[in-house]
Parts: sequence; C-alpha cells; structure tokens
Amino acid sequence: MNKILELRMIVPNMHLIKIEAPDISKKVKPGQFVIVRPDEEGERIPLSVADWDQESGTITIIFMEVGASTSRLASLKPNDYVATCVGPLGNATEIKYYGTVMCVAGCYGIGSIYPVAKALKGEGNKIITVFEARSSYLIYWLDRFVGLSEKIFTITRDGSSGYKGHVKRLPDIIHGLSQLPDIIIVNGCTYLMAQTSNITKDLNIPTIVNLNPIMIDGTGMCGVCRVTVAGKMKFACVDGPEFNGHEVDWKEFLARRKAYMEEETLFFRRSEPESKLHKEGKCQV
Amino acid sequence: MSEEKIEKTSKIDLDRTEMPKQPPEIRRHNFNEVALGYTEELAIKEAKRCLQCKKPRCKTGCPVEIDIPDFIACIVKGDFSAGIKKIKEKNCLPAVCGRVCPQETQCESKCILASKKGEIAIGRLERFLADWEAAQGKIDLPKKAKPTGKKVAVVGSGPAGITVAGDLILLGHEVTIFEALHRPGGVLTYGIPEFRLPKAIVAREVEYIKMLGVNVITDFVVGKTRSVDELLEEFDAVFIGTGAGLPWFMNIPGENLNGVYSANEYLTRMNLMQGYRFPASSTPVKKHTRVAVVGGGNVAMDAARTALRMGASEVRIIYRRSHAELPARLEESENAEEEGVIFNMLTLPIRYIGDENGWIKEIECIKMELGEPDASGRRRPIEIPNSNFIIPTDAVVCAIGNSPNPLVPSTTPGLDTTRHGTLVADPETGKTTRDRVWAGGDIVTGAATVILAMGAGRKAARSIHEYLMGK
Ligand SMILES: Cc1cc2nc3c(=O)[nH]c(=O)nc-3n(C[C@H](O)[C@H](O)[C@H](O)COP(=O)(O)OP(=O)(O)OC[C@H]3O[C@@H](n4cnc5c(N)ncnc54)[C@H](O)[C@@H]3O)c2cc1C
Ligand code: SF4
Repeated sequence: MNKILELRMIVPNMHLIKIEAPDISKKVKPGQFVIVRPDEEGERIPLSVADWDQESGTITIIFMEVGASTSRLASLKPNDYVATCVGPLGNATEIKYYGTVMCVAGCYGIGSIYPVAKALKGEGNKIITVFEARSSYLIYWLDRFVGLSEKIFTITRDGSSGYKGHVKRLPDIIHGLSQLPDIIIVNGCTYLMAQTSNITKDLNIPTIVNLNPIMIDGTGMCGVCRVTVAGKMKFACVDGPEFNGHEVDWKEFLARRKAYMEEETLFFRRSEPESKLHKEGKCQV
Repeated sequence: MSEEKIEKTSKIDLDRTEMPKQPPEIRRHNFNEVALGYTEELAIKEAKRCLQCKKPRCKTGCPVEIDIPDFIACIVKGDFSAGIKKIKEKNCLPAVCGRVCPQETQCESKCILASKKGEIAIGRLERFLADWEAAQGKIDLPKKAKPTGKKVAVVGSGPAGITVAGDLILLGHEVTIFEALHRPGGVLTYGIPEFRLPKAIVAREVEYIKMLGVNVITDFVVGKTRSVDELLEEFDAVFIGTGAGLPWFMNIPGENLNGVYSANEYLTRMNLMQGYRFPASSTPVKKHTRVAVVGGGNVAMDAARTALRMGASEVRIIYRRSHAELPARLEESENAEEEGVIFNMLTLPIRYIGDENGWIKEIECIKMELGEPDASGRRRPIEIPNSNFIIPTDAVVCAIGNSPNPLVPSTTPGLDTTRHGTLVADPETGKTTRDRVWAGGDIVTGAATVILAMGAGRKAARSIHEYLMGK
C-alpha cells in the first residue's frame, strides 16, 4: 500500500502520478521501473520511473491511459493508496561520458527519458533532445529539457511544431547536425523505438531502447517479458529493460506486446497497420 | 514386526479407506478442491487399521519425523485436539502437507503394510486433523519465549520462510519477512492451484504466523529494494528462502510465439492474479481450446488440469520418457487422467510453428525410446530418427523445470553458488558462505518439495537461534 500524493492529467490521456515510496526513492536509478497494482483486483503494471526525491521519499511516474488497468489507475485520487508499488526493477542506464547523446522520446517516454538525460548531462554529455508527438499540445515537461539540452527538436504529425510528420523525419534532424550523435537513446512506444532503431542501424549510430513488454512479477519469475535480442532469449525485466535497439527482434516483440489486446478494454479498433495507428496517435504499445 | 507375522495375523485390514472426491466430469469444470477430505467416521476407520508398530517405519520416511503412530492413536481415541498437537510439534503446516506431500514415496511407502498394498493413508489423516482444527474456529496460540531483542530478516514467504519465521518468533526473536510478490505464501500461493490447495488454507497459515507477531512485508524485492548487506545492518541474521522461480525453456525455435507460456506465467496468471475469475479480476487470460503442456512433474499436471478448468476441450501432456518415469505424484497424474488429460508419452517437442500473426499453431514433435539409465537412474530417452509428427495446438505451457532466481546471489558479495545456481549451504544448519546469512528450501536444493523446504527452514531456525543466543 503506497499513498498517492499527486495524480493529474498533464496532457490528454497522459497522467502524472506521485507516490510515497521511501525505499524505492533511495534506490532508483535512471532507466529503471516499478510495478504498480492500482487496487486489489488490479493487474500488475510495469511503469518507468520519471523522477524521484529521496528527501520526501516519493517517486513520480508518467503513464498513458491505454486499457482497463491504466484507466483504473488514472481513476484514483490523491490520498488514495495503490495496492502495490514495488521496485526499483530492471537494470539502470549506463551513465557515463559518451560525447553527444541524442534522446528521442514520445508519449510516456518523455517522462521516463528525463532522468536519463539529466544524469547523462551530469556526466558532461552534450544532450540533443527530440520529441515526437501527434501535435504540439501533447508535449510536456519541455521546461525540464530546456536547461539540459543543447538543442531541442520536435516532430509533430500535424506540423503544429517543428518538423511535420513522424519518426521517419529523424534522418532529416540527424543530418542537419554538425556531427553524428555518439549514441541515441529512445523511450516511448514500440513503433517509435523500432523505427528509430531501423533508421540508426543504417547510419551506424549505437542505439539504446527501453523495452516495455507485458510483465507480471518483474523479477524473472514468469518469463512473459521474454524478447529475442541478438538471436538469444532475454527477459526484459532482469536482463533489460534497456537493449541495443539494433539487436531486438521487433516483429516478435510487437506481436508479443499485442497478445492481450482483445482482452483489454479497447478504446480503439486495432485492425489498421501499426504505422497508421502511430500517425494517428493510437499506437498504445 | 516382520512380514510373516502380518500374513498370520488374521485381523489385519488392508483396505485403504477412500477419501471422497468430486467426480471427474464435474470437477474438470470448477476450481473447487478436488479431494473432499475424510469425515470423522472415515478418519477413525482408517486410523484403526494402523498396527501401532513398536519400531514404526513410517516415521523414518517422514523428512520432519512426525510421530505418526502417536497422532494416529489419538484419532482412534477420538481425541483430535491431542492429535493435531502431536503433528504440530514437528510440522507447522499440516493442512498444506496433508494435501501436497508425496506421501507415496515418503511415510506411506515405508509403512509396513505397504508391501501388501495396504499402507495407512497417513497424508489423508494428517489433512483430516488440520482441517478439524481449522473448523473449530479457535486456535491455541503457543507461548512465546521472553523477547531476546534479536532481529531476524527472512527473505521469501514460501514454506521455508514461513517455517523459519514461525520457529524463531516462538523463541523470542523479532522476525520480519520480506516478500517480492503482493501476496505471501511462495509457490503455495502463486503456483499450486486452488483445486489442489485452496488459497484460504495458505492465507490461514500466514495469518497464524502474523498472529504470533511476525511482521510480513510484501512488495519488497531483496536485492533491489534493499540488498542483503543493507538488511544485515538492521538485522542480526538473515535467512534466504527465495525458492527456485526462474523458468527454463527448451531453446527450440518458436518459443517466443504468442500462446507459449512458462508454467510460472500460466499458473501465476491463474492463481496469484486470479485469472480464472477474469474479467472480474483484471489480469487478462486467453481462452484456449487446445492446450499442450510439456513436462511430466506436478507443475505440468497442475497446468494441464488448470487448462481443462479454463474451458479447454483438448489438453495433453507431452513427456519425453514413459508413464513409469513421470515425476509427478501418482495421485496427480491419475487425477489428470481421470479428468480427461491426454498423455503423449515418449514424445519430444523440437519446434513450435506459428501463424502469420505470431501465434502458436502447431508443435513439431519427435518420438523417443528409452535407452540405458542415465545419471539420475532413469532410462535415458533417445530420439527415433525420422519419427517427426505434428500436433496442432492453440497454446503450449512449458513445465520442464525452474532454477533459482539469481537476484539475491548476484547482489550479495560472498554468497557462493553452485554451478546450478543454487546457494551453497550446510545441509545440517543452512549456514551459507556469508557470515550471519542462512538459506534453505528450493534456493539451496533446486526445485524440490514443500516438506523439504520446511525441514530446511526448521534446521536453519535452530542454527540461527544457537547463533543469536551464543552471541
Ligand atoms: C506448480 C507447482 C506445484 C508443486 N506441487 C508440489 C506438490 O504437490 N508437493 C510438494 O511437496 N511440492 C510441490 N511443489 C514444489 C514446492 O512448492 C516447492 O518445493 C516449495 O514451495 C519450495 O519452498 P521455498 O520456501 O523454498 O520457496 P518458494 O515457495 O518458491 O517461495 C519463495 C518466495 O520467495 C519470494 N522471493 C524470491 N525472490 C525474492 C527476493 N529477491 N526478495 C523477496 N522475496 C523473494 C518469492 O516471491 C516466493 O514467494 C510444486 C511447485 C510448483 C511450482
Ligand atoms: S502407519 Fe504403518 S508403519 Fe506407521 S505405525 Fe501404522 S502400520 Fe506401522
């Protein structure tokens, strides 16, 4: 049982939740996640930690409302309790000096990449931030990234800010830079991570993704989060969640990610191809 | 007592009293407990068959040496209260053990009447007494020793952890259990299904140690939320009973297709997350028509029988050896067979084949035959060349075994492991290679049994107590 101190929608469909979790706040590192169970009947949902404060013993998470469980979580109120908040789980991002780091983020990933960018900046890296969203009003925490980033680019589907289009415009941004980034880190939906990895593979830029598969226990017990990386079976919860994006079997990952789509209360019909859903901001995986 | 003597004694009753069960056609559609337990009359009838041997062999087959003839004698007298006390001197989880212990290879196999196939149904009697006590509604809390001021952390709330905690709290120590999942009980909670071990029974056992004063903290992953070293700053001793929860896969093509589960995932969805109540509970489960379970142990039987109860019309066990080598308890494989599970023996899956959406569609198998005995003493299965065939299926549950979770060992310097990933610990005391750290249960032995985990917990508790008091 952990108390909710703050819970609000920060942009449409995207919620910020601040939870009392003193033990976790002392231990969590950039790139790690927790498992939250909204209530006694609730599912266990893995969520990346976007911010924390050791002094007040709190952690902050940004989550998107995508189905039954996340909408139950969103329906709670400050001073309510979540039934479970356990972690920090998974391995932390390797924080060291790389040179120029490009952080590519979309939807909940804007939140989860923030501590990564902050820590990397602390190691003297030059940070270039790229936000990808359906429209400019879906971008949040811009202020937090302004101080950190050498440059901030945006790609929006409707062209309301920055480049018009979606992740496939990334090469335009990269080629406009005076020099290729030394590493790219991507947080966000599967489509964004897969597409970015495809693009950067051709450009030969090392790319780290933070996978978000279905999980139950989050400690390696159930094996539902298994992914194929470089031809080997890995458990995202204990071997990841970060992997080399060029080595992930994305087709398999996407199929596994969607395994329970029918059973989840679906807000959107999902018969269309992933690229179309993504352009409409309905990808949800 | 010798065998000849049995022949001559005319009054010996070799007729084991059957325990009422739900009929297979009915129970395969519900999650209620299969076995219904003895009534008082049946229990007394069965107890009366016991010969009250002077040198009881049954007791030598019990890993925690319960005074079996003594508690049986109490049943004969109708003094159930004394009977359960007798058991609890040695076993703190009788309602669990009476249900899930492999008595047929332990106490019952050693019973002198076993040679005549009339062994006393010791497990059923144990279960009877435990259930009788629970039905009385009041529990006598044993007296605790004076507080010692010593603090012990127990990592994991399976049978090993529960036993250590229960023993040490009575000796006056302060005990805190740290459990990674949101519900305590270990495999008893997340693995063994409701129809074999009702969760209310496990909850009752956990409630009992809480009543004794054990502090149970769930949602706490040792090695992540706090390390063993950090626990050692606050506690005088740490016991590690984290079990063997890491599922094995076979390393064959197609294992990451949708519809291929580890038994842990499948059973956890159903038990811990109450998936069988979906959509009332919110963890989604798939309705599969044809389910194939790979493996031949208790875990495989549990998964297969769960699949039937979830509405699958065709459920099969695929096992690479023959019926005789099935590691599952006989009772469980018989139950599965009665309920209509198909047994494909001497069969090995070599490839999973998916459809265009990434879902499992069929299994390519190969036929096996048994060769010479291997290191385990069982005859080694050998592939028969060109015997490949296809089994169509909608789901596969891989139940070929588990190894210990490396989370605690890998985050605790100085804690040695074997090449199987189990912790190195003294079998008599549970002492590990780290000072002030003990371990027991599946994390030390590899996947084993509830009673062995309990027994290991008991020994460790004794050693921890000696250490704390000698300090
Ligand atoms: C499906 C199934 C059926 C079985 N059937 C039988 C049977 O019929 N008869 C029988 O005798 N045995 C059976 N067994 C085996 C038996 O359940 C185990 O041998 C026994 O439970 C082991 O007990 P344990 O206390 O060592 O570990 P477990 O019961 O595995 O408990 C370990 C606990 O530690 C927790 N944990 C792990 N890591 C951490 C961490 N880092 N921090 C905090 N907590 C942690 C786990 O979440 C778990 O709750 C079965 C097992 C399974 C899976
Ligand atoms: S249970 Fe069997 S071995 Fe044990 S005392 Fe009774 S008859 Fe003898």
